[in-house]
Amino acid sequence: MINTFTRRTAMALMASAALAVATPVAAEGWTPNKPVEMVIMAGQGGGADRLARLFQSMIQTENLSPMPILPVNKGGGSGAEALRYLKDKEGDATTVMATLNSYYTTPLRTDIGVDIEEFTPIARMAIDNFILWVNADSDIQTLDDYIAAVKEAGGSWKMGGTGSGQEDSLVTAMLEEEFGVKYTYVPFDGGGTVAKNLVGNHIDSTVNNPSEQMGFYKAGKSRPIAAFSEERLEAFPDVPTMRELGHDLVYTMQRSFVGPKDMPAEAVAFYTDMFTKLSETAEWQKYAADEALDAKLLTGDALQEFLLNGREVHRKILDSMGELGS
Amino acid sequence: MEIFGLLADGFATSLSPLNLMIVILGVTAGLFIGAMPGLGSVNGVAIVLPLTFIVPPSSAIILLAAIYYGAMYGGAISSILLGIPGASTAVATTFDGRPMARQGKAGLALIAAAVASFVGGTISVVLFTLFAVPLADLALAFGPAEEFALVLMAFTTFVGLGGDDVLKTIVMICLGLVLSTVGLDLISGQPRLIFGDLPGFYSGISFLVLAIGVYGVGEILYTIETSRTSPSVTPAKLSFRALGEGLREMNKLWKTMSFGSVMGFFVGMLPAAGATPAALMSYGMAKTFSKKPETFGRGNIEGVAAPETANNAASTGSLLPMLTLGIPGSPTTALLLGGMVMWGLVPGPMLFIEQPDFVWGLISSLYTANVAAVLINIALIPLFVWALRMPFTVLCALVLVLCIVGGYAPSQKLHDVWLIALFGIGGYLLRKDDYPLAPLVLALVLGPLMETSFRQALISSQGNVFTFVERPLSGLFMALAALFFVLPLLKLLRQRKSKPPAVAE
Repeated sequence: MINTFTRRTAMALMASAALAVATPVAAEGWTPNKPVEMVIMAGQGGGADRLARLFQSMIQTENLSPMPILPVNKGGGSGAEALRYLKDKEGDATTVMATLNSYYTTPLRTDIGVDIEEFTPIARMAIDNFILWVNADSDIQTLDDYIAAVKEAGGSWKMGGTGSGQEDSLVTAMLEEEFGVKYTYVPFDGGGTVAKNLVGNHIDSTVNNPSEQMGFYKAGKSRPIAAFSEERLEAFPDVPTMRELGHDLVYTMQRSFVGPKDMPAEAVAFYTDMFTKLSETAEWQKYAADEALDAKLLTGDALQEFLLNGREVHRKILDSMGELGS
Repeated sequence: MEIFGLLADGFATSLSPLNLMIVILGVTAGLFIGAMPGLGSVNGVAIVLPLTFIVPPSSAIILLAAIYYGAMYGGAISSILLGIPGASTAVATTFDGRPMARQGKAGLALIAAAVASFVGGTISVVLFTLFAVPLADLALAFGPAEEFALVLMAFTTFVGLGGDDVLKTIVMICLGLVLSTVGLDLISGQPRLIFGDLPGFYSGISFLVLAIGVYGVGEILYTIETSRTSPSVTPAKLSFRALGEGLREMNKLWKTMSFGSVMGFFVGMLPAAGATPAALMSYGMAKTFSKKPETFGRGNIEGVAAPETANNAASTGSLLPMLTLGIPGSPTTALLLGGMVMWGLVPGPMLFIEQPDFVWGLISSLYTANVAAVLINIALIPLFVWALRMPFTVLCALVLVLCIVGGYAPSQKLHDVWLIALFGIGGYLLRKDDYPLAPLVLALVLGPLMETSFRQALISSQGNVFTFVERPLSGLFMALAALFFVLPLLKLLRQRKSKPPAVAE
């Protein structure tokens, strides 16, 4: 449901975004004068972290920034730590933040005094997907097996995920509503840890992003059951989507970069240009294909509209879950 | 054996002239980075990572391994000489290293740290070589319940100490735990204890800030008070005879060092833990099993050797989950992971099969980096000791400057500098009243891990507390924890029992 909405907006605005990209902003002179801090809204080893670090190293190898990019993890409190940090960097020209969907949900759920509308949009690099995973040792092969097993567990089925009230728990809540089941949701601090706990049999299922489980999947230690994407993922041609199986469950994750409030215009132009060039590299396009990412670029006002739209969608989901903070 | 063939191939790469030069360069740079308070292996690796893209991946990883190891050795240097932990992993080294330096035994302490680091590094690399793949499964067996039980065990080694006042130890642990709850709660995402709305507290209190405050600033205040006009820093001398003596002294510590290495390796292997808790736990264990626990904290060489073996062993251990599971065990390995992705290597269970050249090149470079680090370190000890000959009035100001820089550098928040000043004064007052400071630091390091894993385990088990004893691994740790808690009491009882007969005779 979310995706249909956001996709449409994205498509509609793609043209204007492309135009903005095609005419390079006149900011030839400005370059960062000190190392650029790349704040990551999540802990180490998860999908967001891996991707941010990949961008960092690509920027270095492609020589897109004269100054080094330093990734900093501030994943505490479902990314609230990072959001607060960015808020305090008002007007700063050398801080960018790698976001995920907790960019919407955390300020909605907790009163941390952050309004994401104030931040400066830079670039949306990708849309990531969710898959339902179980341990490869389990007997569960299909979604029907899975639902039967969860029902039988009677509420003690352990679903692991990152933080609470963010993506993984939203997908879990969507599953609960659709199938009339009940989970015990166990929050961890990063997608990597979640994946490890599934393979170690400490939890019973996860909704990890493909890249988080890829290593274990290739080693035959975890099994994908169904994808929450609109269409089958190229990297997982044998995994059915929830929609195919007759359940209208679609949920995706945005991977964007934003800057602090009142970031100088010439700095915004520099970073937008940097990420646009990055997005066009063959390495990134190949990586995105391998990891089942949708790599359509979105920048400037189009991105801001996309982000604010995403916030409204999440406000509705959280509201229906009774998770909306004061 | 297949392993040795692969390792030999690895050595062929890591011993080429170019790579040997890289190792020496990397280790020396790492030593100084590690010795600077506030700069640790994380910063070293982060600074150098972009440079590595100009050399082939095998040389790049060798450079990173050399810096990583060099920084682990270097962290001990400022811990011993100045009483400020040079890196978070070297906090426990200050406990006995600093008193040794004040007694004029800085040279001996530095030798002990270097040799212990070498032993820890070597034993753990051997373990890594032989068991990397099967051990990955053990790391998987650690769920939240096991993590909690392990942390609890670490705490009991500190509570059950004969030397310190037990009540005061418990008070300090509780204070550390309260400090560890400051910041955002992982489970609910709500901010806690942020003193109204001070944004500086959102990310919690870094234990490095606490350690620099109570050890660095607190130490200076204490020294100023006790020495008044005459400086108490005894000039340290170092000669070849002293070196030989140091090595002989270390020879007696085999038990502590091998235990520290094995334990450090295993704790480092757990994704949530890492080198800092490993070093603290090793220190606690060495003190618990020592025949003279009261000498710890007053300049016991064993108190330097134990944490130094463990932190180096743990730094090797934390490479294991990164390579085999794709989960970094420490911030530094997270950076290495980023580098690997860039070189087109996918860490995970398949890496050992698909990329043997890279894996074995890395392992062999750990051996060479370790040997280079211990040699360069010992060669430079006279230079470090010479720094202590500075007049106290100069040294004192220098240490304070380093404390502030070291506290400010990692987060670049003035908030942390104020905290250091506050903790410095607090630490000084606590110390005057004989409150042990080590449990305070330990509690702040392990508190967040303990709380999170406790809550995750209880959520998983539907609130059933027995989950901690029912699971075999976790049950074992709980039993050990109970044992460490009552051990000092038993010791006390035995002493009382053995007394009456002596009187009767």
